[in-house]
Amino acid sequence: MTFYIARRLFWTLIVVACVIGITFIVFYLLPAGDPALRFAGKNPNQVELDLIRHRLGLDQPWYVQFGKFIKTFFTGDQYGWPGLGYTFAGGSSVLDLIAARAPRTIFLIIGAATMWLTFGVAIGIISAVKRRTLVDRGAMGFALFGISAPVFWLGLMFLYIFWRQLGWTGGTGYISPTESITGFFSHMILPWTALAMLYAAFYARMTRNNLLETLGEDYIRTARAKGLTERQVIFKHGLRASLTPIVTMFGLDIALLVGGAVITESVFNIQGLGYLAINSALTQDLPTVVGVVLVAAVAVAVANLVVDILYAFIDPRVRYA
Amino acid sequence: MTQDPRLLLDVRDLTVRFPTSDGVVQAVSGVAFTLSRGETLGIVGESGSGKSVSNLAIMGLLNRNRANISGEVEFLGRDLLTLPPNELRHIRGKDIAMVFQDPFACLHPMYRVGDQIAEAVLAHSDEGKSHARKRAVEILDHVGIPNAKSRARDYPHQYSGGMRQRAMIAMALVHNPSILIADEPTTALDVTVQAQILELIEEVKREFDIGVILVTHDLGVVAETANSVMVMYAGRIMEYGPAAEIFAQPQHPYAWGLLDSMPSIERRLTSLVPIEGSPPSLLNPPSGCPFHPRCPYRFEPCPTERPPLVAPVPEAHPDACHLPWEKKVELGRKRSVVAIGEDAA
Repeated sequence: MTFYIARRLFWTLIVVACVIGITFIVFYLLPAGDPALRFAGKNPNQVELDLIRHRLGLDQPWYVQFGKFIKTFFTGDQYGWPGLGYTFAGGSSVLDLIAARAPRTIFLIIGAATMWLTFGVAIGIISAVKRRTLVDRGAMGFALFGISAPVFWLGLMFLYIFWRQLGWTGGTGYISPTESITGFFSHMILPWTALAMLYAAFYARMTRNNLLETLGEDYIRTARAKGLTERQVIFKHGLRASLTPIVTMFGLDIALLVGGAVITESVFNIQGLGYLAINSALTQDLPTVVGVVLVAAVAVAVANLVVDILYAFIDPRVRYA
Repeated sequence: MTQDPRLLLDVRDLTVRFPTSDGVVQAVSGVAFTLSRGETLGIVGESGSGKSVSNLAIMGLLNRNRANISGEVEFLGRDLLTLPPNELRHIRGKDIAMVFQDPFACLHPMYRVGDQIAEAVLAHSDEGKSHARKRAVEILDHVGIPNAKSRARDYPHQYSGGMRQRAMIAMALVHNPSILIADEPTTALDVTVQAQILELIEEVKREFDIGVILVTHDLGVVAETANSVMVMYAGRIMEYGPAAEIFAQPQHPYAWGLLDSMPSIERRLTSLVPIEGSPPSLLNPPSGCPFHPRCPYRFEPCPTERPPLVAPVPEAHPDACHLPWEKKVELGRKRSVVAIGEDAA
């Protein structure tokens, strides 16, 4: 197992390095305009531009930039370790910038994930147990709605109804929990719900289908033949087998959101990592883009690893294979 | 029915219907039989003849929302069909236990074998977990699992097919049930293992003095172990009697067909004769005798009148066939020689 994990960690490193390298290549090859132009004032002259390019390191080919990045990453820079360099705009530390934005995204993900896992799985179980009843149809109707409703629309609707009309919650923006814990929850509840809705719908459908499939298995009949209660049959024997694929999906969904909760972050003006990534991409702030890409890639790779290890604990057949 | 003190199960007019969007599936119709302590009842028939469904109905394992079950299943004076689900649950696994066909699919792949058996112990007793585990090891050892103590900690995929079926039998035996229902317990196993499992069931039956219902489509299995035999076709009993009589003097053309299509050491493979056609759809079973479309001996009452299950003469066992008794005697005796279709009436 240790060897397996070590090997996986090594490959994780390679994958992350490749992702960063590709980011540099894309940035170098794309004719997206010259970032130096942004800093050269109105009517820039060539000397000034060259100077800025040289200062930002843009006069070098991508592999040199990439190499420098790798070097700073491991040796650290004046802002500490790992060295992620400084932003083109303002020259502040990318590391500090990410450290400031990451908690917002992480809180958003934790809250939403808790909601969607709880409600999604619960709705799925109820739906499966009460199959073909009104409850089931209602739940699956909700799921269809959740899957079909786009997050930006849901978000705006929530804001309009619960903030503007009813005044039950806080509006857009982010309040740190250290600043005001009630303000934090009041401002997070809507983004959590909007983001969780889509996933809850998916998870409900998946739980329902998996559980229904599992309940048709022969070992469920064995469990009933033993004289177990229906509760034991469903929760112990049925859920154990049907939650395995959900664990896999859960890990990856969370990881993908690290850099991918852009829409929710934008609608609710929570300036998290996804928001940062989009903005820095638009302003061609290469070091910031690379920083966020790095964090997102590491998140996905680590989630993959965790899911695989977890899987071995859940399913003994994987462990011994 | 005489009140035999050894009588365990008295099934009367058991009928199971599954309403579907295509119509009503008549899975089991008017099945009646008894089972006593020390008896092995073999239920024989092709796939879809209602063997398994009958047993699932007895065990209360059919979803009552989707199956209409009628008749009486009297177990030690209590009708299992009218028992509330919770009381039936207390009988299931305790007084009546079941072993299923495919031991590969019947054990939960994610729990240790010992724990699954311990769970069966705990389902009907208040004893602690450690006691249940001990009991699991004990019973695994009893059914012939070597190193039971360490094998109990294994997962099902670490067991061979035969061992899994042994584990299933162990699980069924934890509460010393009165009835063991074995639904095709050997079908998924190697031939050598089949014999071992059948032997184990026989041993268990003698040792605990229980009644065994052995469902199979393999007449060889029945010939080896059963005291009485029930031949089912299209959800109905075609012939029901002592095993010795059924093999010496089978009375129903369907039983002849089954015997003719069974290979044996005495008969060369070339002489195997299959039953023509395939089992009927239970959505729309044939009129009259359900076997008449495939029966080489059918005559004019067969397609219209359903033969009742009665003994044709007092000394014979009941069958459901219109053929005259002399004909049954003659054809039954010749059953290993006569090929179906050669001697059509």
